[in-house]
Amino acid sequence: MNLDLNIKIGGAAGQGLQTTGMALAKTLKKSGFHVFATQYYLSRVRGGHNTFNIRISDIPVSAMTEDVDLLLALDEATIDQHLDEINDGVVLVDADAIKVNNSSESIFHVPMLKIAKDVCGDKIYSNSVSMGAVIGLLCLDISDLEEILKLSFKKKGEEIIQKNIKAAKAGYDYVKENYPGGCKFAVDDPGKKENLMLINGNQAVGLGALAGGLQFLAAYPMTPSTGVMTYVAANADKFNTVVEQAEDEIAALNMVLGASFTGVRSMVTTSGGGFALMTEALGLAGITETPAVIFLCQRPGPATGLPTMTEQGDLQFVLTAAQGEFPRCILAPGTPEECFYMTAEAFNIADKYQIPVFVMSDQYLADSLFTLPRFDSSKITIERHLLSDQDLRTKKEEYKRYKLTPMGISPRALPGQEGVLVLADSDEHDEYGHICEDAINRIKMNDKRMKKLEVLREEMPVAKVYGKPDANVSLIGWGSTYGPLAEVVDILKGEGKSVNMVHFTHIHPLPVEATKKLFSKTKKTVCVENNSTGQFARHLKLDADLSITDTVLRYDGKPFSPEFIIAALKEKEVI
Amino acid sequence: MVNIEDYGDFETAWCPGCGNFGILKSIKQALVNLGRSPHQVFVASGIGQSSKTPHYLKCNGFNGLHGRSLPPATGAKVANHELTVIAVTGDGDCYGEGGNHFLHTVRRNPDITMIVHDNQIYGLTKGQASPTSEIGMKTKVQTHGVFNMPLNPLSMAISLDCSFVARGYAGKVSHLTSLIEKAIQHKGLSLVDVLQPCVSFNKLNTFKWYSERVYEMDDPGYELNDCVKAFDKSMEWGEKIPLGVFYVNEKPTFEDNLDVLASGPLYKKSPSTEKVDELIDGFV
Repeated sequence: MNLDLNIKIGGAAGQGLQTTGMALAKTLKKSGFHVFATQYYLSRVRGGHNTFNIRISDIPVSAMTEDVDLLLALDEATIDQHLDEINDGVVLVDADAIKVNNSSESIFHVPMLKIAKDVCGDKIYSNSVSMGAVIGLLCLDISDLEEILKLSFKKKGEEIIQKNIKAAKAGYDYVKENYPGGCKFAVDDPGKKENLMLINGNQAVGLGALAGGLQFLAAYPMTPSTGVMTYVAANADKFNTVVEQAEDEIAALNMVLGASFTGVRSMVTTSGGGFALMTEALGLAGITETPAVIFLCQRPGPATGLPTMTEQGDLQFVLTAAQGEFPRCILAPGTPEECFYMTAEAFNIADKYQIPVFVMSDQYLADSLFTLPRFDSSKITIERHLLSDQDLRTKKEEYKRYKLTPMGISPRALPGQEGVLVLADSDEHDEYGHICEDAINRIKMNDKRMKKLEVLREEMPVAKVYGKPDANVSLIGWGSTYGPLAEVVDILKGEGKSVNMVHFTHIHPLPVEATKKLFSKTKKTVCVENNSTGQFARHLKLDADLSITDTVLRYDGKPFSPEFIIAALKEKEVI
Repeated sequence: MVNIEDYGDFETAWCPGCGNFGILKSIKQALVNLGRSPHQVFVASGIGQSSKTPHYLKCNGFNGLHGRSLPPATGAKVANHELTVIAVTGDGDCYGEGGNHFLHTVRRNPDITMIVHDNQIYGLTKGQASPTSEIGMKTKVQTHGVFNMPLNPLSMAISLDCSFVARGYAGKVSHLTSLIEKAIQHKGLSLVDVLQPCVSFNKLNTFKWYSERVYEMDDPGYELNDCVKAFDKSMEWGEKIPLGVFYVNEKPTFEDNLDVLASGPLYKKSPSTEKVDELIDGFV
C-alpha cells in the first residue's frame, strides 16, 4: 500500500454532512481510488455532532483506521472532539466561523462562508466550497468533483448545479492561490480504475433481494434497517415488487407469511426492537413451514438502546426467538458483496427448506460504503421448489401440505392451484394441516421439522480462512467484522506473526465436522465480536462443540478498527 | 356447479347449540350461491372458537396467530388477488388482540370479507370478558362486573369509513347468508359483525335475549352511503338491535392502488431480474 489516507468530516446534523461526505467519496472513487466510508451519527434530525469518514487507498480497503490525516471541521465540536485523533495530520477549517489556534502549521484556513456569499450570494454553498478545498489540498484535478456535483444536484436544476460547481471551484482556487503546494498529503492521480462500485451494506441487501426475486416486502421503518426498505421501494415498480409499510412489525411478518404461503417471495426488514415484536410470527413461519426472509439490522439494545450506533448483540436472541423448537437459518454477510449474493441465497434456502431465514447485518455494515468489483448478476439463481400445475394434474393421491418425507420437506403447492386445497395451522397439525393433538402425530411432525435442520446443516458452507490455514492464532469473526479483521491479519503478517482469520457468514446451522477441522492445528482461538458477552463464541460451543480460548469484545456502540483489535490482542498477550 | 357438499362436513370442537354452526352454514351457502369453487377460496383466521372455521370448510386456509387474521389475509390477497379472501375472526381476536390491524386494514381497504363471530365473551379461554361484553357482566375474572365501555364495532368501522359495514345474527341463517353474499361481492374491505350466542359462557346474551331484540332493517328510504345516518343507526342497541347493511362506500381497493396487479396476479409474474444489471450500473 503506497497510499492510505483518512479524511474525517465533522459537523452537526442538518449541516449537509452526508451530502458533502457522499459527494467527496464518489469523487475520490471516480478519481480511481479505493474508498471506504463510514458514518457516525446521533439519533436526531438537527444538531448533535456527527462525522463522516472517508479512507482512500490504492488497494482495496474495508475498515476504518483511527488516525485522521485530514480533518474537515464544519463545527466547533469537530475541533473539540477530534483534534487529538490527528497525529501527523492537517485541519481544514473556516477560522472566521470556528475558533481554532490558527497559528499552527497544520491548520489550513479557508473562508468558506465568505467565499460562498461572495461567489454565490448564499452561505449554503459553503459545503461545496469545502469540497473544492479538500480536492485542492490533495492536489487532485477538480473535474471529477464537477461531474459528481452535476449528478448530485441533477434534480434541483441547472442553476443550482452551476452555483455548486462555482462554489467548489472557488474553494479549490483559494487553496491553489494561498497554499500552492496543497497540504503534505498531496496525492498522485492513481489513473482510472473502471467498473468499481461504491455501495453500502443496506443498498446491497436491497439489490440482492430484487435480484433474488423478491415480490413482497412489508416492514415498519426502524433505524438502521430502513435503507433496505427505501432502496427496494425506489425500484419496486421496475421489478413487479410490492412494498407495504405495515402498521407494526407484528403485521409486517404476518403479512409476509400470508403472501409467501400464497406463492410470492417475501421479506421483512427490521432491527432488534421490531424483531422482538415479530417473534410469535417467527414461530408461525416455523410450524406452518412457510418460507420467509428476515433482514435484521442490529443496533445496540436493550429496548431502544443506541438507535444509530452498531452492535452484534442480537445473535443469541435470533437463535432462540419464539416459543418451541423449529428450524431456522442465519446468514451474516461481512461485506456489501456478500450482502448481495447472500440475500439472494437466503430466498433459495427459505424456499427449499420452507423455513425462516435471517440475513443479519448491523449499523456499521448497513451504512458503510465500499468500493468493490461489479456484482455478477449471472451468479444468482432462483430456485422455487414448487409443484407445478402439471405436477398436480398427474398426482395420484389427495394433496397433503405436510406429507411426511425422509428429508422432512413436503412438496409445496399454492392456494388457488386447481385440484389442491392448501391448509396451514399454527396449532400442531396432521399431514393435511388440520389441528391434531395426538401424541404420536406430534412426535412425527416435530421430527419432520427438525430433520430439515440437519439436512440443511450438511449443505451449509464452512467458514472462510483468510491467511495461512495452519497459523498458530485464529481470529474468529462473524458478519460485519470481516474488514477490520482482514486488515489485522495483514498487519500482523507484516510483523512476522502467525495469525489467520476464520470468518463465518453461514452462522446457523453450522456444519460441525468441517468447522472443527479448521482449527485442528490452531493453538489459540480468539473470538472478536461487537458485543459484551461473546455470543458467537457461545454459539460455537453449543452448535459445533468448539471451545475458544479468548475473546476481544467491543460494546460502546462503535465498530472495530484494526488498531483496537491489535491493542487488545497485545494486552491479552495473545500475540 | 358448486354444491354445499363440496365444502365438506366436518366434526367440530364447538359446543352443541353454538351460534358458530349458523355462521358456518351461512358462509358455505353464500359461497355456493356465488358459485365459488373451494380452490378459489382462501380463509384466514386467528385464534378462538370462531377461528377454527378453516378446519370445517373444505377450502384453502391459514389458521394463524391470535389477533392476526387480517395481515396474512392481506398478504395472500396481494399475492393472488383472484382468490376470494375471507377473514374469520371473533370479538376478542379482532377487536381486542388484533385491534390495530383492524384500524389499519380498514384504511388499506383490501378486497377482503371479515366475518366477526361476536359473542361478547371469550369462549376458548372459558368465559372472560371481551371488548364487546356489556357493562356489569360478571365473570370469573371480572368479579365485580365489567367496568370498561363495550366497543361498538359498527360505529367504529363507520367512523373509519370502512367500505362495507353490516350486522347479522347467527340465529337468522338465510338473512346472514345474503349479508355474506353481499359482503363478498363488495369490492373492498367488508365487515360483517355477527351476533352469536355463546351457550356455555355468556348467560346474558342468549338466543332468547337476541331473538327478542333483533330486527331486519327494511326502510326503503335508508341511504347506504350516508355515513352520518349510518353512524346514528349503528348506535341503536338495547331494546331493539338492527340487522342488515349499515353503510357502503365504494372506493379504490388496496389492490386497485397497486399498478403491478393490473395485468394479473403477483404470484404468476416472473420477477424481472434482468433489470438488476441496470441497478448495478447505478453504483459504478
